[in-house]
Amino acid sequence: MNCLMVNNQRRERGTSNFNYGAYHPLESIYAALDDLAAEYPSLVSKQEIGESYEKRPMYILKFSTGGTSRSAIWLDAGIHSREWITQATALWTAQKIASEYGNNPSVTSLLNRMDIFLLVVTNPDGYAFTHTNNRMWRKTRSKNSGSLCVGVDPNRNWDAGFGGPGASTNPCSESYHGPSANSEVEVKNVVNFIKSHGKIKAFLTLHSYSQLLLFPFGYKCTNPADYNELDTVGKAAASALASLYGTTYKVGTICSTIYQASGGSIDWSYDYGIKYSFAFELRDTGRYGFLLPASQIIPTAEETWLGLLKIMEHVRDNQS
Amino acid sequence: MEIPPSHYPATRAAVVAVNYINYQHGSPNKIFTLQKVTKASTEDIPDVGHKYHLKFSLEDILHQDNAINCTAEILYLLSNQRTAPQVHFTVEGEFKKNTDEADNKFYNRIKSLQEPLVAQNIPDNYGNTSPEMEPISHLARVACGYIIWQNSTENTLYNLFQIRDVKQVVSNAPISALG
Repeated sequence: MNCLMVNNQRRERGTSNFNYGAYHPLESIYAALDDLAAEYPSLVSKQEIGESYEKRPMYILKFSTGGTSRSAIWLDAGIHSREWITQATALWTAQKIASEYGNNPSVTSLLNRMDIFLLVVTNPDGYAFTHTNNRMWRKTRSKNSGSLCVGVDPNRNWDAGFGGPGASTNPCSESYHGPSANSEVEVKNVVNFIKSHGKIKAFLTLHSYSQLLLFPFGYKCTNPADYNELDTVGKAAASALASLYGTTYKVGTICSTIYQASGGSIDWSYDYGIKYSFAFELRDTGRYGFLLPASQIIPTAEETWLGLLKIMEHVRDNQS
Repeated sequence: MEIPPSHYPATRAAVVAVNYINYQHGSPNKIFTLQKVTKASTEDIPDVGHKYHLKFSLEDILHQDNAINCTAEILYLLSNQRTAPQVHFTVEGEFKKNTDEADNKFYNRIKSLQEPLVAQNIPDNYGNTSPEMEPISHLARVACGYIIWQNSTENTLYNLFQIRDVKQVVSNAPISALG
């Protein structure tokens, strides 16, 4: 009886009462995912793709207007838990996608042909830890055998140049790559999903901070075969993003723009065959860094949306 | 050798210069942030180190409409000498804003507190700083300017995020703060 009442209460509140311009703990984010699925039942559904190390569910939202085995776009946020602007931006984006279907011709045509999968909290254990213990926690919370230090950098743990330059062998390091590729269950869950889906055409991931739009490679300092196209699309996306509030992004490969870093997610997705692999580093450029004030959540999400849409439109129009 | 001004190797060197400038010229009411690197080149100096020549613009955190153009040279010494990079810079015009009055006001406020100031988490975990704490956060940036300059290498990019703890220590000399 009580459970039923709580569910009804959640449904009544709906997403119009949720404050997208604030930072929320994990439980509130998960409740908001349910609310979105309830508010847009013919478009949005929630799926569990596995559990984290500490057994928290990992939920994705699927945006689909039907069809069978459609091509899809993947978007994730919060792989590094302290990058709070990313989970907040992803949640706002979920609401935006849902509300734009049927209203925005571009989004409507996109969703009439392709699905979108959105993982708002890729690293839920880390995110919970940033609320309860250490605001600056970055890694997973897995125990490292033989060490007192906890956690693996989930963005050094992918099977792309694993163990190479730009990742640490020391469990106490913020960029510890882990004992082996995909050792982190959070990474493994995403890899399994992508592989079993089989028709993911774009892999987009949100990080902060620095205001960069990056594409492969990070594990090696040579350009990808699709350099010209990715650079062109990236520059168009950065330009669209800047058009709203003047926020400037730099575009380039990971290695040349920032530094060589092995085991990163978009290198894996690109080498796996997903050509449109991009990583956003959101606001700001260092004044607040990871501690971006909540007043910047909605402006950041609004401008990032323009960049994301530009990339998604290109994928829609060029998918093979 | 010219290098892309928008990429990290140039950014890292510029940030060293900005931290050095904050250490030399910052105050509770004057802190500079890097706006944009417009030109960058590197020079290898055999047996000495690696020198970056930069042109970049700064902005004063409290007067963001006013960009200040800078030219700087940052010399990273060979890695087996753990010494701070050498920084030389010039600015177009001067650091115009004179903040002596505001700084003295802050000094007097702190000096006349009933209890020595004690605080944590500036900004807080949500990025918020109260107006009374803003000058304290700027003071931390001045101090960190020194720390970051002293500890930087070509491959580091340090940034101050948060004052964990600050405690005012009363002494006969002007204000000291720990944290």
